[in-house]
Amino acid sequence: MKGFLRKDGRKGIRNVIVVAYLVECAHHVASQIVSKFPDNDVHLIGFSGCAPNDYAHKMMQNLCTHPNVGAVLLVSLGCENFKRHELYKYILNTERPVEKLVIQESGGTLSSVASGKAIIANFISKIKDVKRVDFNMKDLIVGTICGGSDATSGFTANPSIGKAFDKLILDGAICMFEEPGELMGCEHLMAERAENEIVAKELVDCIKKADTYYKKMGHDSFSAGNAVGGLTTIEEKSLGSYSKSGSSPIKALIRPGDLPTESGLYFMDVVPDGPALWGFPNINDNTEIVEMIASGCHIILFSTGRGSVVGSAISPVIKVCANPKTYENLSGDMDVNSGRIISEGASLDELGLEIVDAIKAVINGEQTKSEQLGHQEFGLGYKYFHSSNKNCDM
Amino acid sequence: MKNYIQLHENDNIIIALTTFELGSIIKLNNQEIVLKEAIGFGHKIAIKKIAINSKVLKYGLSIGSATQDITVGEHVHSHNLTTDYLINNIK
Repeated sequence: MKGFLRKDGRKGIRNVIVVAYLVECAHHVASQIVSKFPDNDVHLIGFSGCAPNDYAHKMMQNLCTHPNVGAVLLVSLGCENFKRHELYKYILNTERPVEKLVIQESGGTLSSVASGKAIIANFISKIKDVKRVDFNMKDLIVGTICGGSDATSGFTANPSIGKAFDKLILDGAICMFEEPGELMGCEHLMAERAENEIVAKELVDCIKKADTYYKKMGHDSFSAGNAVGGLTTIEEKSLGSYSKSGSSPIKALIRPGDLPTESGLYFMDVVPDGPALWGFPNINDNTEIVEMIASGCHIILFSTGRGSVVGSAISPVIKVCANPKTYENLSGDMDVNSGRIISEGASLDELGLEIVDAIKAVINGEQTKSEQLGHQEFGLGYKYFHSSNKNCDM
Repeated sequence: MKNYIQLHENDNIIIALTTFELGSIIKLNNQEIVLKEAIGFGHKIAIKKIAINSKVLKYGLSIGSATQDITVGEHVHSHNLTTDYLINNIK
């Protein structure tokens, strides 16, 4: 396997050009620039808010310097509060090609789009010769989420992702799972799997925080539909989600944007600290995906039963379909059919290996279904976190 | 096509991968399990006797406690299984 070597020593599996708008007012210009390059890996990301937010700034910083990213164009309106000079300097320090375009200083929409187009054309020729080096499992960071879950998710796709995680970690990779709100009732099990007592306590506290937070939002994790599907208790439902994590010890609790460096399993706390200020922690699956990519994920394993079709900007999303009927209906969108456990009696181990093989193929440049279809969804909102985890690189 | 899945060897339940009628027989290793009621897709079936107040195991882990004695072949759901989870009890 080969990767793109970046100046900070990290390796990417894609060589994407990112166009990032720094406020909603610059969104249209940025997306017009991206639309001029349908045949190149030019991806649109951005932050809509005008008021600054430390979390969003950190996300943008990490996304723009992700190892899958070869060059960055920042598109600013000009008067927004986003600290664009700081972000620009941060990217510049990573020795990636980076440019900024300020619409108010560039003569408005049409001339900004024209300038942006010229900048991207220049980037394309600049990043062609990025050094390709061996990419090993030790270089790999993988995250997992579930979305559009159904009764089958918890006993096909999720545990087969868990098997894949066990194998990847054995081979030296970093894996992460998330969403404390979906793990209520598993905290004692997570604590038992924690590498030490400090992590154990952090995990339990994190689930408690999620419970408090979601209650404030009027959100209940267990629905009537879950019971119809055969689930009886909250811990049973959570175990279904938890089974994505496999059986490795949990090395540390991380926050969005922390960059783990040592092989092992990490748990991402996505629920903000402090009072519930800005609504739901994550308003859709893509905002969760973005947080894991900001923590270095090269690839996301997306478990789905009812059938999600999304991909993501920056990192490929491998869709692991839990339900064989859904797979049949949406095969154009699905990468792995974990529903074979039901339709063909395939084992979890078999599916785990199939997922690992799919990961290797994607590292080798094979496009996922969502990449083929041009899915590059992205979402980023406001959050607040206390200081970050000390065990990781900032 | 397999019509059930056992997620862990220690589990005392299996999950139906089809809709079973009352009286259906499931072959599990050397055991024959006669279903005492109809069971829907995705629902749980007891494969061992589960005494009242003992744990129901799925993924090899507890998903709650039996609220009555459960016999082999019975549907395991909200009528005989309850959560042990109370957020305030977390230490």
